[in-house]
Amino acid sequence: MSENVMTTQAATSGFQTDAALARLRRRKMADTRLKMYGLGAIIVALLLLATLVTSLVITGHSAFLQSHVTYPVYLDPDKIDADDPYGSNYRSVVRDAFFALFSDVEGMREQRNLADIISNGAPYILRDEVSADSALIGQTIEFSVPLADPFDQFVKGSVKRGTPEEDRLVTDQQIAWMDKLEADGRISTPFNWGLFVNADSRFPELAGLSGAITGSFFALLVCFLISFPTGIAAAVYLEEFAPKNKFTDLIEVNINNLAAVPSVVFGLLGLAVFLGFFGLPRSAPLVGGMTLALMTLPTIIITTRASLKAVPPSIREAALGIGASKHQVMMHHVVPLAMPGILTGTIIGLAQALGETAPLLLIGMNAFITSAPGGITDPATALPTQIFIWADSPERGFVSRTSAAILVLLGFLVLMNAVAIYLRRKFERRW
Amino acid sequence: MRTAQAESQTETNGAVMNEVPVSSHVKMVARGVDVFYGAKQALFGVDLDIRDNSVTSLIGPSGCGKSTFLRCLNRMNDVIDGCRVEGKIELGGQNIYAPNVDPVLLRARVGMVFQKPNPFPKSIYENVAYGPRIHGLASARNDLDQIVETSLRKAAIWDEVKDRLHEPGTGLSGGQQQRLCIARAIAVSPEVILMDEPCSALDPIATARVEELIDELREGYTIVIVTHSMQQAARVSQRTAFFHLGNLVEEGETDHIFTNPKEKRTQDYITGRFG
Amino acid sequence: MKEQEHIVKSFEEELEAISTKIAQMGGMAEAQLAAAIDCMARRDIALAERTVAEDRHIDDMEREIEEDTVLLIGKRQPLAVDLRQTISALKISTDLERVGDLAKNIAKRSIVVIGDYETPARLMQGLSRMGRLAQGQLKSVLDAYANRNAEEALHVWRSDAEIDEMYNSIFRELLTYMMEDPRTIGACTHLLFIAKNFERIGDHTTNIAETISYLVTGEMLVDERPKSDQTTTTALSALRENK
Repeated sequence: MSENVMTTQAATSGFQTDAALARLRRRKMADTRLKMYGLGAIIVALLLLATLVTSLVITGHSAFLQSHVTYPVYLDPDKIDADDPYGSNYRSVVRDAFFALFSDVEGMREQRNLADIISNGAPYILRDEVSADSALIGQTIEFSVPLADPFDQFVKGSVKRGTPEEDRLVTDQQIAWMDKLEADGRISTPFNWGLFVNADSRFPELAGLSGAITGSFFALLVCFLISFPTGIAAAVYLEEFAPKNKFTDLIEVNINNLAAVPSVVFGLLGLAVFLGFFGLPRSAPLVGGMTLALMTLPTIIITTRASLKAVPPSIREAALGIGASKHQVMMHHVVPLAMPGILTGTIIGLAQALGETAPLLLIGMNAFITSAPGGITDPATALPTQIFIWADSPERGFVSRTSAAILVLLGFLVLMNAVAIYLRRKFERRW
Repeated sequence: MRTAQAESQTETNGAVMNEVPVSSHVKMVARGVDVFYGAKQALFGVDLDIRDNSVTSLIGPSGCGKSTFLRCLNRMNDVIDGCRVEGKIELGGQNIYAPNVDPVLLRARVGMVFQKPNPFPKSIYENVAYGPRIHGLASARNDLDQIVETSLRKAAIWDEVKDRLHEPGTGLSGGQQQRLCIARAIAVSPEVILMDEPCSALDPIATARVEELIDELREGYTIVIVTHSMQQAARVSQRTAFFHLGNLVEEGETDHIFTNPKEKRTQDYITGRFG
Repeated sequence: MKEQEHIVKSFEEELEAISTKIAQMGGMAEAQLAAAIDCMARRDIALAERTVAEDRHIDDMEREIEEDTVLLIGKRQPLAVDLRQTISALKISTDLERVGDLAKNIAKRSIVVIGDYETPARLMQGLSRMGRLAQGQLKSVLDAYANRNAEEALHVWRSDAEIDEMYNSIFRELLTYMMEDPRTIGACTHLLFIAKNFERIGDHTTNIAETISYLVTGEMLVDERPKSDQTTTTALSALRENK
């Protein structure tokens, strides 16, 4: 009974007419369409991201493992000077011990082919091991050494037996030797810690990112130390103390524009001013950091201003009302309350700086450096430039290592952004 | 029992209110005060005396200039761009707009409580201790503790917060927050306390507590209160000033203004006949 | 000077309603007073009985006005002139209710006097005259209320002396009668009360006049109300001497 009353009322009021119902349907469809567009956009973005990451993982996963061969090495006290283990010649120690595994190898050429299997850096690895513990001299130790890149690729399956011998770097005879080593159980493929611990090298099996990571770290440190205080001070001045006139407007417009300037321009600036005019050392993280600071500064200023603006004026009024001076209002109240926002903005700015390649290339942080920098004035590379260098190298091993390095860089970026999100959540204030 | 001044106690609805005689000593004097926001004039030649140890209320419709005038008394209008104050305002005989007067020190003598309670996002203790600390009134822990306790007691909130002094001030209820703000203002021992619609964001019980507090504070401080509620002005103040369109229309004893005002505009406003 | 209307219409209406009720109550009191004087002059017992019965309407009206004012004060918190008007309505209704009671009392005593005694015409004339004076005062003061005219109210306030003078003379006359002929004591006592009631009605109209003056000006009258009532000090010996 009541339903009839309702529908009659609704019918007379116009919400149940056919035209009205059709309009309602159209509106609902428009809602659904909008939702679908949004969903579609997100799916496309996720697909692209997944494609990128998958392709990186596919090409790069093998770089996280490094094939080693383990064999006994006699540390002959005649060849190794107990007083100067570092200066001794380990080359013959390593090679002779390796040759001892294969009794039927003779002749210089065969020996050279055999020695090609182990990495050229083997003597230095042994040197470092013995120098660390000179009590080992006179003993026979199990020495684990990376395989040279072509053989590493062979173990990982990139170099196939099936291809004709002329087309591969690995001869049939070497394959036979490899099989023997495999049968003896001397081949292992543990995790490639060297990727993170070693500095760059001509040889892929020895190449690592420690130089790049340290260089990036120093550069970011310098960038942070320069841009953070400067950026905050500039933002505080612009927000609180600057008179509202055309000159201040001009400054603001310029800062906003700086954030959009292509990074390569900053690189040219760094090259011309820091290296050319001031004569600072080339490839140094100091210069890299200064250049990155120029790029990060606008971002920090803009986010700091936004954070300062977000502090409610009631807090300022309360502080002023109690007789705080302008600087006390800022330092005791406004800046501490804006700090979460400022930190988030800074971390995001630094994460962007971490991935900048062009300016660092121009100031020379793409040099071939074989040891990690000791300080900010030592020549260094950075993660993005290291990737750039490896991408250019011809060796097979660098293909996978380039992808691996990109994954490491992405990992750091995700970590920094995660820290930013965590900080923002933790300090989020409800006024 | 005070002997120096005659004290009479009157019973009002069962609550006993102490009648402190209104001192005829004038604490603040305003003469010919004009206020401009850019080119627009907001106050026209205001002449007003604020008496010591009494509550003066400023009433009037929205936009009439009462809050603007209030903010002149502690030079809070200085922080507004384009705001120009002309005329003379004296505190204890000294012109507060003189060039050698530091607004920061002035605001320690003339405190302010705002419409929406705005405690600092710090602990209750820190809220109250901040003022004395920056003005150098106390630095030793003991002294600060003393000042904090005294101020919180005077603001009638000590019993409610004494066990949680180190909890954030923002965790209190609205009425408690406003009393905390009053304690914060008292902590620097001001001579005058300005209140800009202090109860408009509070419920009736909290409002009653704050009004009771204002009545108690009258003994030691001079209070100027801006309010939209006629009844509150009638209850709380001894003198009332009615503002309209930037002009001070009428000023006099509260009892008189609310039973028999001289000006028709005043009567129209307080009886709700404003068109 | 037309007062601007309240922003809240119902407030305006509530104030108006109370004023109207006061006017109505005044009219009822006037009618009761007129009836009491009439029934005395024309020796109309039926009218007197009707008058006695009618008094409860005035009492009802007073209760209504009291409720309305209490609600108005609680709901609207009136201020200034509105507050004075509301409080005045409360006070005036009390005075009018007393006037009604006094008129009823006069009617009641009239019944006794008319029914049982022969009263000298001179006395009845004097009482009628006093009654008309009181009637006039009441009408004037109710007009003053309707017009919110403080001057008219003050005039009424000062004119109370006339009624008091009349009361003095009637008082002396009645005492003389009673002393001459003890058989008239019964009738004269009632007539004395009737005269006293008229005098009281006059006092109540001056109360109303004071209230109206406060309503309009906002100031209480501080002067002593002119009182000429000497009956409280009239000694019997003086009367004997006059005789």
